[in-house]
Amino acid sequence: MYKETDILKESSVEGNLIINIGPQHPSTHGVLHLVVTLNGETIKKVEPHLGYIHRSIEKMCESLSYRQFIYVTSKMDYLSSHINNHGCAMCVEKGLQIEVPPRAQVIRVLMDELTRLSSHQLWWGAMAMDIGALTPFFHAFREREMITSIFEETCGTRLTMNYMVPGGVMADVNTNFQKSVKDFIIHFKNKINEYDELLTGNIIFQNRTKGVGFISKENAISFGCSGPTARGSGVSCDIRKLYPYEVYNQLDFDEILEPGGDCFARYLVRMKEMKQSISIIEQLIDNIPDGDFQAKTKAVLKLPKGEFYSSVESARGEFGVYIVSEGGTTPYRIKFRSPGFSNLSALDFMSREGKIGDLIAIMGSLDLVIPDIDR
Amino acid sequence: MPSLENIANFIHNWLYTTFNATVALLLEFTIVAILVIGLFSVLGLVLIFMERKVSAYMQVRLGPNRVGPKGIFQTVADTLKLMVKEGMTPNNADKFLFNLAPFIVMTAAMLILAPLAFAKNFQIWDINIGVLFVTAISSVSVIGILMAGWASNNKYSLLGAMRSGAQIVSYELSAGLSIITIVVLSESLKISTIIESQANGWWIFKGHIPAIIAFVIFIIAVTAETNRAPFDLAEAESELTAGFHTEYSGMKFALFFLAEYVNIFIVCVIGATLFLGGWMPLHFGTNTTFNEMMDYIPSSLWLFGKTFFLIFVIMWFRWTFPRLRIDQLLNLEWKYLLPISMINLLLATAMAILGWHF
Repeated sequence: MYKETDILKESSVEGNLIINIGPQHPSTHGVLHLVVTLNGETIKKVEPHLGYIHRSIEKMCESLSYRQFIYVTSKMDYLSSHINNHGCAMCVEKGLQIEVPPRAQVIRVLMDELTRLSSHQLWWGAMAMDIGALTPFFHAFREREMITSIFEETCGTRLTMNYMVPGGVMADVNTNFQKSVKDFIIHFKNKINEYDELLTGNIIFQNRTKGVGFISKENAISFGCSGPTARGSGVSCDIRKLYPYEVYNQLDFDEILEPGGDCFARYLVRMKEMKQSISIIEQLIDNIPDGDFQAKTKAVLKLPKGEFYSSVESARGEFGVYIVSEGGTTPYRIKFRSPGFSNLSALDFMSREGKIGDLIAIMGSLDLVIPDIDR
Repeated sequence: MPSLENIANFIHNWLYTTFNATVALLLEFTIVAILVIGLFSVLGLVLIFMERKVSAYMQVRLGPNRVGPKGIFQTVADTLKLMVKEGMTPNNADKFLFNLAPFIVMTAAMLILAPLAFAKNFQIWDINIGVLFVTAISSVSVIGILMAGWASNNKYSLLGAMRSGAQIVSYELSAGLSIITIVVLSESLKISTIIESQANGWWIFKGHIPAIIAFVIFIIAVTAETNRAPFDLAEAESELTAGFHTEYSGMKFALFFLAEYVNIFIVCVIGATLFLGGWMPLHFGTNTTFNEMMDYIPSSLWLFGKTFFLIFVIMWFRWTFPRLRIDQLLNLEWKYLLPISMINLLLATAMAILGWHF
């Protein structure tokens, strides 16, 4: 716990300046509060303070039934609601040993990959904006708009979708779904090259990100980083490859690994992941099997007594759901393993001895979503 | 044909024949002051509107399009909003310096206008050290920025002001050196002589490689000097929220904002004057028909056309490039731009002595 006396002690050190970045700050993308100790422009220490958007979601889930608690999880990592719901639904299915129909599996994977794309698009714009280029944000939103429209067609909502339910998906996809997705893929395949032209090759951007926020493979593992943050340091941690779920083991896609360990490596991982997601969607969109979109389940779900864990690869890393059941209709305890929390813990390590501009670039490259860190 | 030159001469003669010399001079001062303030307000409105439309075009947006036709009165509405807003002064701020700072920035910008030629023989004060005057006065505005950052009693403002101080002082060197390149070539510090020397071709065409290098360095340096992206570290929205003017609101903020745009205009006028021939029309060798057609365009339009082209280039920078980091910014100046401009100046001097330029 950070005490006021600590601030006084540190600011009394010659030349140190304590500055609060957040909770209201343009580049923390939410209500993250960083207490930064500076010496001139050089960062000596970064201390993240959480709790500004704590809604005690885990506690709330304890009083909700196994069908209901999934809806709450859409509001955690609001940029990948589908994936959150997917993880929770999978954990419940594991407990009840429900077999998900193949059609539902494919729809789930398609939705997951679309979510990953839309999340990475937003990250791309936001990271560019953190580094000072304002235009990419609008270009990213132009493409993201098409994905949110696809979601709206099928799920009815644009941001916090509640589509994955235990046993499958809530409703069948819209009749227009395949056409919209194909249109989007054709459009986006050109635009992703435009993204590279606009930002990736820019010399200022490369100077700002190369060698900045370095974290070695060993440290990335020991901080518990996952997702693109860890893969940017060469850690193989893609849940889709290591513990395949749904139809991922039948698909042809690569796990992107970059050995760099700096902001630019993390940037490249996400850019290449977008291309992989496009390829996954292309493989599946014409091959959605016929059949049920939802398995037959009982009206009231009761998990057997025991502990269940399942994890999915969200846009930010490993999203894990851990359910302890006492055999009732509501979980005894739920714990979510959110990727952002572990990734944030490495922020202090990465940004020490950097400049203020580096801190902002590192935060951009970690792709933090605050409601996911602070549940 | 009525030109700005004739109108100015007519008013001058009329004043001096109607009133005695002192009164006439005072009246001229007043007219100039009113014109400058008028130019500033119009420039503020036009440039902010232009910036919004240019950025909107680059960012696949529409930009302002509700107030007035095509949204041209949007900036007027915004100015009205800023005028009626409360000008807050923070509790622990140094009140005197806090309130003085925007005026220093604004006054410095106004003073630079004095030696600039806006059309043929249309100049407030054709001082014989015009270029030196411009460089000298433009360094004053950094004092206003440092004052604003220090007096706000805010850590973000302080960091922004310190960045700005380091940045402006550094980049003035290469801006100055690239200006001197043209001074060497045209053998004068007087703005009107520099423009006259470009009658047979602009310096960017006549001065071979050194003039082109000097022009590029000048554009980079003035972008940094006016705190524009990619060198907007003093404001650095994503890092320091708003940098040195974080604590300012209402008209005091508006003055900083206006001064930024007026400074862009001024540096672009200087760039157009030194490198692109000021109000001189574009002439090609002995092609007389073409040259006569170009002469027919009023000289003020030539200057404003060139200036707005340069302004567009600077806006283009802002909406495409990411921001540099403070150490990279200073490295760029001290390790690259300054040595290059020094060697470039040597080259230009050798060229001027040997008479290799046209």
